[in-house]
Amino acid sequence: MKIHEYQAKAILSRHGVPVPRGEVASSAVEAGEIAKRLGGSVVVVKAQIHAGGRGKGGGVKLAKSAGEAEAVARQILGMTLITHQTGSEGRVVGRVLVEEGLQIARELYLSLLLDRAAGKPVMMASAAGGMDIEEVAAKTPEQIIKVSIDPGVGLVPFEARQLGFAIGLDGAQVNKFVKLATSLYDAFVKTDASLVEINPLLVTAAGDLLALDAKMNFDDNALYRHPDIRDLRDLGEEDPLEVEASKFSLNYIRLDGNIGCMVNGAGLAMATMDIIKLAGGEPANFLDVGGGATAEQIRNAFKILMSDKKVKAVLINIFGGILRCDVLAEGVIAAVKELGVSAPIVIRMEGTNVDEGKRLLRESGMNFTTADSMGEAAKNVVQLAG
Amino acid sequence: MSILIDKSTRLLVQGLTGREGTFHAKQAAAYGTTVVGGITPGKGGTTHEGWPIFDTVQDAVRKTGANASVIFVPPAFAADAVMEAADAGLALVVCITEGIPTLDMMRAMTFLKERPATRLVGPNCPGLISPGKAKAGIIPGHICKEGRIGIVSKSGTLTYEAIHQLTQLGMGQTTCLGIGGDPLLRANIQAELRGKKTGQQQHHDDDQQGKAPVIAAQLPGRRPPLANRYHSLQRFSILTDSN
Repeated sequence: MKIHEYQAKAILSRHGVPVPRGEVASSAVEAGEIAKRLGGSVVVVKAQIHAGGRGKGGGVKLAKSAGEAEAVARQILGMTLITHQTGSEGRVVGRVLVEEGLQIARELYLSLLLDRAAGKPVMMASAAGGMDIEEVAAKTPEQIIKVSIDPGVGLVPFEARQLGFAIGLDGAQVNKFVKLATSLYDAFVKTDASLVEINPLLVTAAGDLLALDAKMNFDDNALYRHPDIRDLRDLGEEDPLEVEASKFSLNYIRLDGNIGCMVNGAGLAMATMDIIKLAGGEPANFLDVGGGATAEQIRNAFKILMSDKKVKAVLINIFGGILRCDVLAEGVIAAVKELGVSAPIVIRMEGTNVDEGKRLLRESGMNFTTADSMGEAAKNVVQLAG
Repeated sequence: MSILIDKSTRLLVQGLTGREGTFHAKQAAAYGTTVVGGITPGKGGTTHEGWPIFDTVQDAVRKTGANASVIFVPPAFAADAVMEAADAGLALVVCITEGIPTLDMMRAMTFLKERPATRLVGPNCPGLISPGKAKAGIIPGHICKEGRIGIVSKSGTLTYEAIHQLTQLGMGQTTCLGIGGDPLLRANIQAELRGKKTGQQQHHDDDQQGKAPVIAAQLPGRRPPLANRYHSLQRFSILTDSN
């Protein structure tokens, strides 16, 4: 799960990571009042959306007075912000973060994430902060310094010192860095985060270190023990169909093609999309109804699938292991009847009671095409989608 | 021939008294697996479907001579169950549970490093089956056939698909092993195939009668980014012969 910058900064601050003073506003008037409270000669007004590249897209602006902050916030609030991470449709800005302006001496990079291969958290730092870190990693990988952390021991001060000196901090700054990195690790572990990224990590003219930007993602599997974090979910930032699917524990991801897919199991779903591509078609979605899907799941899945107006034909590929194919066929027939699905449907099923399942489909008098192999099913559905 | 699980396996079921645990324990027993008991903390001393229930894995091992365990406990307690099974010295621990918090598994993996005698399969996996002999997990027995092909996979239903297609072609299997799809796994495909390099016994390469491994998995490396959001992979490859 993702959260907004202002929410991430609040969490990090609670765990001892220094962040700039600031507050979030959902109206221009509020933004002006916050600027007045902050005082100082300059404030920064930042659009809050779940995507990076906001500055380049015009979502981050400086203001030299409360009045100016209000005017800038009026421009940003409600705008459709398009960045390299939002896609061409962009995101509508509903909130801005108003923060004190700071004297920037250096911009660094610091993050914590899971190294899957090592099975450990890894902390990464770079002197090349404030830039697209993936670009830094591609062009100058030597500028990214990593330490692998033993999850049983946690971040040890020497590991943080290694990082701090490697990115060019002086002795006094390294001490501050060790404290900040330790707090960051603490926040990562205590909230079951999957990623914490500070880019840039700011060194002020006075030599202080602050998280000027912050991004946090969380392990969905651990949200049950963090109800406070689960409450931070912003459904407005997610695809409405994907939100609907998640309510029924369906794993649905929308794609650009016109062939709707319904498959049980993620691996089989990916193989099914591969074979549609191989047959010259384009899948409209990835949809995993779960290894042990029920008739009820099938019905929910159909609803979601058919809400996508691009879908011209549907391919159902189910391997009935524990779940019997005849039960599945009944579920499909009931769902198609109830929802009045008119698009052609190709069904390929295998496994327990497959003959009985096929008989039910054949005798339903509905617009089903059955196929025996995945290859045949893909060919049929591509043809039907035109 | 087979690896990891066969007629000599004495299987415990952690979470036997739950719905999934009960169902799959019965399936395993019906397939011919020697299921020796279950663990449900607080229900020790009772019986369930004829099997003795124990409070701790240690106790169960002492009283039943178990050498393997399959785990069907909810995600919040599953990492704990894995560590308990390893601590009791079981040679094979199969964790079916899906949705375990990553940090929990990370701690469990560190714990397991100190207990190299235990092989963990999973979590979030369908388990394994040696056709005609025994099974631990949820792979349906009736799609398998005894034979000479070994299967290693990260997927669930795609594994069933592979098994079924082979069986339909008359090609039986030695052992079918689903290692799971989680970010943190003890087992990996290469290691499962080339056991000799890791120094552990009982991998497909050690199995003299296993002729051709089938691999069904995402390509190694980073997961494909889920922004536009999948690319076509040759995920399903059949190698004709391991030699």
